[in-house]
Amino acid sequence: MKRKNNIRALASDSEALARAYHVSKSSSKDSFFGFFRALGKNKSACFGAVILLIFFLTAVFGPFLIDADDMRSDMANKLLGPSAEHILGTDHMGRDTLKMIVYGAREVLTVAAITAVMTLVIATVMGMLAAFTKGVVNWLLNILIDVIMTVPSLPVMMLLSMIVKANNYFTFAFVLSVWSWAGLAKAIRAQILSVMTRDYISAARILGLPTRHIIFNELLPGITSYLTMNMIFTMRNSISSAVSLMFLGMADFSATHWGMMIQIAVSKTAAIYGSSALWYFLSPIAAIAIFGMGCFFFSHGLDEVLNPRLRTE
Amino acid sequence: MKIGKRLLLILFTVLFSTTITFFVIRLMPGDPVETMAVNIHAGMGVSWEEAVEQAKARLNYDPDIPLAKQYISYLGRIVRGDLGESILRRAPVSEIIAEVLPWTLLVSSVALLISFFLGTLLGVYCGWKRKSLLNKLMTAYDSVIGSVPAFIIGFLLIILFSVKLGWLPMRGNYDTDLTPGWNSEFIASVAKHAVLPILTWVLTSVGGWALGMRALAVSVLGEDYIVSAKARGLRQRRIVSSYVGKNAILPQITQLAITFGSMFAGSVLVENTFNYPGMGYFFSSAISGRDYPLMQGMFLVLTIAIVLANQAAEILYSVIDPRIRIRGK
Repeated sequence: MKRKNNIRALASDSEALARAYHVSKSSSKDSFFGFFRALGKNKSACFGAVILLIFFLTAVFGPFLIDADDMRSDMANKLLGPSAEHILGTDHMGRDTLKMIVYGAREVLTVAAITAVMTLVIATVMGMLAAFTKGVVNWLLNILIDVIMTVPSLPVMMLLSMIVKANNYFTFAFVLSVWSWAGLAKAIRAQILSVMTRDYISAARILGLPTRHIIFNELLPGITSYLTMNMIFTMRNSISSAVSLMFLGMADFSATHWGMMIQIAVSKTAAIYGSSALWYFLSPIAAIAIFGMGCFFFSHGLDEVLNPRLRTE
Repeated sequence: MKIGKRLLLILFTVLFSTTITFFVIRLMPGDPVETMAVNIHAGMGVSWEEAVEQAKARLNYDPDIPLAKQYISYLGRIVRGDLGESILRRAPVSEIIAEVLPWTLLVSSVALLISFFLGTLLGVYCGWKRKSLLNKLMTAYDSVIGSVPAFIIGFLLIILFSVKLGWLPMRGNYDTDLTPGWNSEFIASVAKHAVLPILTWVLTSVGGWALGMRALAVSVLGEDYIVSAKARGLRQRRIVSSYVGKNAILPQITQLAITFGSMFAGSVLVENTFNYPGMGYFFSSAISGRDYPLMQGMFLVLTIAIVLANQAAEILYSVIDPRIRIRGK
């Protein structure tokens, strides 16, 4: 009799547990949509999103609007200032600067996006490993993360560029991401450890759901918005690193990538001595700055929505 | 962090940085010994065998010896403080480092202090007056400056102050006509040459300091002791300086040491923009010139500087923050 009662109690407990699990989970789903609603109301996020959207559309459709003829050199018209025909002037080979910027948008964004995805994947995997492993493996992982965080990325990228030729999308993204994931991994580890204490995770664990299910269906959705914010930030940083490597002559990439345009303007034209090449020098800089601004405001807005404490009203 | 773990982290980081530069040479496409031997053979007119021997000696690298043995003897040399000889400059690497390190230290420490004080003041102000115009400007400023690499700001400064206005020199660390010494003329020239690199650092990092300080100030402003200070009718000035500032600044001081370390890495860009002969300039020229011993030595010193700065930050933090000091005991 006593035993029967125990089993009944257990059964009703697990029912309650399952109910609690669903309630807790669906409430987290509600907050997922609520999150987008809050995002739409956030001025900073909307402003950033509009800028990013413009760049995204330029990267996708821009190159179709330019015919191959425009990319041919025209030495008679080199390094012109702005005019009705060439709104941002021309480069050292007489090509239209604006068209090169539009054409390069795809390259810049592709490198940045691949880098961001690579960084994020490495960081998420390492962060999860650091959160779930125990003992010596855990200790080694944390030391690895600390070492990588300590040694700054630019010098390491420079060393890497001696071994890996950064001249196509994937090798370039590899050089840019392989040393940039540690800070994010550490943050993801902390996020996971905090999500793990939520009710729906403990409920799922007690219900005996498989670990794979817990990780992909319960845990990752919980940190998606956090990852999105960091992905935007990583894109912005990776453009900065890419441009720096190009300036140092350690990455040889397509001449329409904005970083190469800056490098060429500095090394092959007299842009900094105040010639008309100044337009050719400043245009890619402006493009990078505006894109970075979009990233900043979008992730800033996301951050405000995610951390209500930051909301300024 | 416990002292044991701290020492271990230092050890691992230094070991790592020596290991990565060791393997860079071995993973390079092509045979560096052969490439160099060709140069020596052609340039100095010695026999091919002798050229190969010289190349091996200069690179500290003999492909015929097993990798593990090479690695151990390489580490042994570094422990003894022997960094080898630069290929391009024909001088001991340690001598070159001793020569260029002060220039980087000069520019980065002055820039760090200026941007720290300026940024902290701005940050406290923006945190206190969150609806002010300055606060919005600060955010906009950081959004733009933070997304372009530092060297671009450097070039814009060169265009403005060196080319258009002609006020300041655009390259080098002092007038080459002058002989180095403690005379006013030389010091003035050094100062004049350092202005633009310092200004580049200040402009690019002041926003970060301000935003960091603002966030800290905002979080401190929510504390009970601020509310009670306001309720007690203390003057604003007093609250801002001794209540908000004093408490919010603690993490910033830790950041000071960390930033100092990361400036060593950033010096690669700024020093190349101004052809300023410091660590960063020589590190990148060692890489482009395939000067392996110089590259190894520079990278090692760079990592040691950063690791020590980070650890100094943590120790400093526990010394200045009584809460941590007490908890540690």
